[in-house]
Amino acid sequence: MTSVEVTRLVAVKDLRIELRSRVLVNQVLPFAAIVMVLFAFALDKDDLLARVAPGLIWLATLFSMLFVVQRSFAVEEADGALDALRTAGVPARGIYFGKAIALGLQLVVLEVLLFLAAFVLYNSRVGADGVALLITSALAASCGLGLVGTLYGGLTTGTKGRESLLPLLLLPVVAPVLIGVTQATEAALGVGGISMREGWAWVSLLVTYALLFGIGGSIAFGPLVDDSV
Amino acid sequence: MTAPTTQTEAAPATVRRPTGTRVTRALGIATLIGLGWFVTFGLFLSPDDAVQLAGVRILYLHVPSAWLAYLAFIVTAISSAAYLSKRTRSLTWDRLAGASAEVGVLFMGITLLTGSLWGRMSWGVYWVWDSRVTTTAFLFVTYLGYLAVRGLGGSHHQRARRSAVVALLSVLEIPLVHFSVEWWRPLHQQESIAKGKLEGLMLFSLFIGVVVFTLLYVWLVMHRQRVLAMEDALDDHGLEFAIAERREEALF
Repeated sequence: MTSVEVTRLVAVKDLRIELRSRVLVNQVLPFAAIVMVLFAFALDKDDLLARVAPGLIWLATLFSMLFVVQRSFAVEEADGALDALRTAGVPARGIYFGKAIALGLQLVVLEVLLFLAAFVLYNSRVGADGVALLITSALAASCGLGLVGTLYGGLTTGTKGRESLLPLLLLPVVAPVLIGVTQATEAALGVGGISMREGWAWVSLLVTYALLFGIGGSIAFGPLVDDSV
Repeated sequence: MTAPTTQTEAAPATVRRPTGTRVTRALGIATLIGLGWFVTFGLFLSPDDAVQLAGVRILYLHVPSAWLAYLAFIVTAISSAAYLSKRTRSLTWDRLAGASAEVGVLFMGITLLTGSLWGRMSWGVYWVWDSRVTTTAFLFVTYLGYLAVRGLGGSHHQRARRSAVVALLSVLEIPLVHFSVEWWRPLHQQESIAKGKLEGLMLFSLFIGVVVFTLLYVWLVMHRQRVLAMEDALDDHGLEFAIAERREEALF
């Protein structure tokens, strides 16, 4: 089996598990929504909320992502599925990209909900010229987050204390994504005084990030998950 | 995947084996003398700065710590790469990486602490969001994570490979953080350190600091690396050794 085929199969498998178990829909999305409501309680000013909405959306994405990553590897761990796949000679690269794509797609669903929440709760608005930037930057960020999340999820899988270790390792690494995508979103929503041009420049950072971690991850993922030496 | 191998190269420790050798002892003495020298120059012989007065003395501690922390992480990255390369695979590289990272985290903590004290004094705030400061803080957290990964357990080679990959991923992460923060807040004022401001005895004190701290680093890492090797040996052979000892007790 080629890596591409494995990628497709693993991605479809992960999404199918999600469709059947509905952990994202029943647990993660409500969590993200409640975080958005709590932000509003904490910040307490309508104009301030509209100003900081991009940051809040992406912070909520990062926090919710931790659950999705853990879920993504919990299903592998339960029956030693990852070890079984590797023992069967399935290429690690395929597993990595497959899981990353599934994770990225789930993040896109999450982001759609969070943007809707921001439009309703924080009165955020996006102009016609900002839509393309908003969508592109969100997609680029989802790619980066999916790739790096899968990498660190694979690293912490099957270890003691992974619930707290994953955030410790992952959050510093995704900081550039948070900076970049928040700036791009601010440009798209027209808050924070960032021009469209700058917004698009930040997208290039997001793409670079995704590329670098895509390459790094595809090399590192195999050694990380092969635990038996 | 390779076939199972023995965990360490070290033989069972049957004799009491201190981590000090003639080299480390000489190095330790040199470091101690150097520290005395450093304190004498840094606190007494060097003059006050025209603007920062005695506050400039924080820099004698701050700059060498920062230098050392970065050196330590470079060593960690190189030894991690050496471990991952098949030709040079040895747990010694892994333990060197670990020892270096531990010392690096310590000195990065000192760097952040002294830096924020100095910042409060000269900028009026403990923290500025400039790229160098923020990257340093990220390095600190990243290497705390690295040390946590080292503590995850499993076989020695498992630990070594996992942590080596994390160390190399951090090398990828840090420039990205630095670059994005710089772009995010481009207000860094290059007003601070050693840009022709420090001269004479002040510069000399700083120079002594860098030399002495480097010696201190080498000394700490050598000891720590040996302690780690002994811990690994204890893991591998401690039980056999204890059983053999009990058996002998039973025989006599």
